[in-house]
Amino acid sequence: MDFSSFLLMRHEISLLAIILLLIIAEIFIQPHKKGSVVHLAIFLFGIHTVVGFLSIDEDSLFGGMFQTNGLIHFFKNVLNLGVLVILLQSADWLQEKIVQINRGTEFFILMFSSLLGMYFMISSGDFLMFYLGLELSTLPVAALAAYETTKRKSSESGIKLILSAALASGISLFGISMLYATTGSIYFSEITAVIGVSNLSILGMVLFFAGLGFKISLVPFHFWTADVYEGAPISIASYLSVISKGAAVFILVILLFTCFRSIMHLWENMVYIIAIATMFIGNLFALRQQNMKRFLAFSSIAQAGFILLGIIEGGPLGIATVVYFVLIYVFSNLAAFGVVQAISLQAGKENIKDYEGLYRTNPKLSLVMMLALFSLAGIPPVAGFFGKFFLFTAAASKGYYLLVFLAVVNVTISLYYYLLVIRAMFLRRSATAIPFFKNKLYMRLGLIITVVGILGLGLYSPLYDYIFELSTNFR
Amino acid sequence: MSMDILSLFIIVPVITVLALIFAKELKQSRIVAMLGSIVQFGMAINLVFAYFNERAINSDIMVFTKDVIWYKHFNIHYSIGVDGISVALLLLTSIVVLAGVFISWKMNDLPKEFFISLIVLSIGVYGFFISLDLFTMFLFFEIAVIPMYLLIGIWGTGPKEQSAMKLTLMLMGASAILLVGILGIYFNSNSDGGVLTFNILEIAQVDIPLEAQKLFFPITFIGFAVIGALFPFHTWSPDGHASAPTAVSMLHAGVLMKLGGYGVFRVAMYLLPEGTLHWSWFFIVLSVIGVIYGAFAALKQTDLKYINAYSSVSHLGLVLFALLMLNKTAWNGAILQSLSHGFMTALFFALIGMIYERTHTRDVTKLGGLLKVIPFISVVYVIAGLASLGLPGLSGFVAEMNIFVGAFQQEDILYRVVTIISVSAIVVTAVYILRVVGVMLMGPVKNEAFLNLSKVTWYEKTGILLLLIPIVGMGVAPLWLSNMILDSLEPFIQGLL
Repeated sequence: MDFSSFLLMRHEISLLAIILLLIIAEIFIQPHKKGSVVHLAIFLFGIHTVVGFLSIDEDSLFGGMFQTNGLIHFFKNVLNLGVLVILLQSADWLQEKIVQINRGTEFFILMFSSLLGMYFMISSGDFLMFYLGLELSTLPVAALAAYETTKRKSSESGIKLILSAALASGISLFGISMLYATTGSIYFSEITAVIGVSNLSILGMVLFFAGLGFKISLVPFHFWTADVYEGAPISIASYLSVISKGAAVFILVILLFTCFRSIMHLWENMVYIIAIATMFIGNLFALRQQNMKRFLAFSSIAQAGFILLGIIEGGPLGIATVVYFVLIYVFSNLAAFGVVQAISLQAGKENIKDYEGLYRTNPKLSLVMMLALFSLAGIPPVAGFFGKFFLFTAAASKGYYLLVFLAVVNVTISLYYYLLVIRAMFLRRSATAIPFFKNKLYMRLGLIITVVGILGLGLYSPLYDYIFELSTNFR
Repeated sequence: MSMDILSLFIIVPVITVLALIFAKELKQSRIVAMLGSIVQFGMAINLVFAYFNERAINSDIMVFTKDVIWYKHFNIHYSIGVDGISVALLLLTSIVVLAGVFISWKMNDLPKEFFISLIVLSIGVYGFFISLDLFTMFLFFEIAVIPMYLLIGIWGTGPKEQSAMKLTLMLMGASAILLVGILGIYFNSNSDGGVLTFNILEIAQVDIPLEAQKLFFPITFIGFAVIGALFPFHTWSPDGHASAPTAVSMLHAGVLMKLGGYGVFRVAMYLLPEGTLHWSWFFIVLSVIGVIYGAFAALKQTDLKYINAYSSVSHLGLVLFALLMLNKTAWNGAILQSLSHGFMTALFFALIGMIYERTHTRDVTKLGGLLKVIPFISVVYVIAGLASLGLPGLSGFVAEMNIFVGAFQQEDILYRVVTIISVSAIVVTAVYILRVVGVMLMGPVKNEAFLNLSKVTWYEKTGILLLLIPIVGMGVAPLWLSNMILDSLEPFIQGLL
């Protein structure tokens, strides 16, 4: 092993460099220019994102602890794009609220550390690295959720997140230890070869699944979601709902398809039942929500249920459709969160009722929101339609027509509550509608990127072909 | 082929929408929308002639085909082509859209958004009729449905929010079920060892296993038939029509509901012939209930829009009924009925909109003697009514004649009975049409305010004439249309009979 093989960890190293640079910058930035850290961080992360797109070799490091290949690399880029959009969308909020209390740099350091954890998690080749990544990705987010220290709800959300997360990783670790007990290894590749059907290994798999299920907020591990989203700053809620969830989905797919491939007939049933429960509970609870953040929380639970329809396929088609859907979901959900963020910052309002008459005062924001919700609901021609259609195709390819049927019932239920928001924005008129405001450059950029994604990702088919190719090449 | 005349049916409306985004206020918006629709209308006329020329030298099932691969892994193509049936329905669509733009000439509230939604809806309809690929067909189907929510919700009247939500959820729910049916067909399209495909023409060559046909036929049928107002899934239609603004009712009843019959015929029945035979009795019963129930419900209503909406349930029930009669003449009648009902009901809704705009009521009991005050509208209303009850010389007669002659050729006792039952609906139709004509148009002027109703404007007249001419034309000279349809029924006959 020579030093050039460290370039396989280019994402990690470059992100670490950014974190260190920010720590140094914190020392040198003069007090009256402390807002410039936001520009610096976004600039550095922008470069990091662009550099990430350079191609990478397929190989593993540290005796198999760390691995990378085309698909993992692609997924890291997806996460990067998502984080970049979140940073752009939260720049104004940071400038106005956080930088003023001298906590701007920490915000970025915490967020980037968490992202670093996710890199390691999805690149992990054994359970040790996986667990390190999981913890590193969770702990900073709990701090971030409690970031608005002046708000009690924010602190509550931080506590809730850290307690549930600790419990979930504990359970996960317990499951891992059982797997170690039965297989005698923590390396994915070795476990794949020797894992068999025994009570202990099944229990290990289930407990491990529960730990990740918490991060993806699958039912019945979803109880923290709505409360945490509601209390946390919006940028953190969106981070939790797309980045954190996306990374967890990815590693779950990888592990189920590699490590636990030989006991697929067992986890299929589990995924089947959890998919149904997640879709129904997420959707039914979303129906009555008044707060946009809680609303999006339950909507994101329901979306996780749809993702399981792709996972149940168990082959390259499953990986491809899930990754494709997550990619689309990142853009759709971030567009929705971006609008919520913009409105919350300008008008301080977060309830669906406050959105009444929004189209007449802020047509562009309303249109972005409409596109985002249509994409989440799966209405053509925006990208969400393609993502959902392919997920359902994946499930149907294994003959799970009943599951697909239940899923489409849920799509219809979800359409109802997405239309409620559209009803408020477009159909209603209100004397107290949020007055017209202009977004700043960063926010606009953040929204434009998401809109381009929502409109383009579905119609541009080579992207899916590329993802499918990467998935087929995945060992 | 030098030019792709079918893709233009997508491209021109898209350009219209883009132009509308930059339009300002009502005047520019309606001009842009009108120009776009006129171009579409011209293209549709041109397509009819081009179709006849092409048909003379080309005996393929579909002509003007074009095929571009889209998602190669799923074998999804952008695949388009038309036969006589789709050409006729494209013509219908372009006329109704153009008439709808004229009828909405004075749309004051958010005019730009209104016309954009209207044109987006028409993109969905055009795309649906030209698609040969189940995926794109489904995609366009949903594009056609979703603008209805905004169109009814923003510009509607009465309990518009509730009606819009009900309509959207029922139609999108149906399309969601349809998705299951389409996936079922897709994953059985390699039954003879080929590759999975969404292409309708290729699937039609495949023998899908009997069990799959029995399972997926009802799912696909219901998925399409909900938008064709199949009893008992028709409940979205009266509320939706009553709340919708005039042009939207026109487009919806005139065009959108035709997607149901077309989809049932082209997808459910054509691709799953054995499923059709297995299930036809069940859906025949439902459609006959729809025919009778719609007619009697219309009898009892006093709101003009509700009368017309229930009459649509009845007439479109007849379309499904005729399709299920599995008979060439009846099929011909079903397509003719789709066209005839499209023009007729669009005309009805346009007239009701004009009456409502002037009298501010749609309640038949409050209206009276309109023939004396607004003669033009009243006379056209009578003509449309006569077409609706099937008077010879107008479009309704041609269609219903074909349907019942065809239906009665089936010798099975069930078919005989249901045919007799559904024929009786014509009598009921006559009753409710003539009752409205009598109460609303004849007699003394009930309200003094009616004496100075405003005259019919040029744009209203244009809209009316656009719809009236085809009704008379179809009634007087139905043969060219009928021949165009009959030619295209050949593959269905080979597949199903």
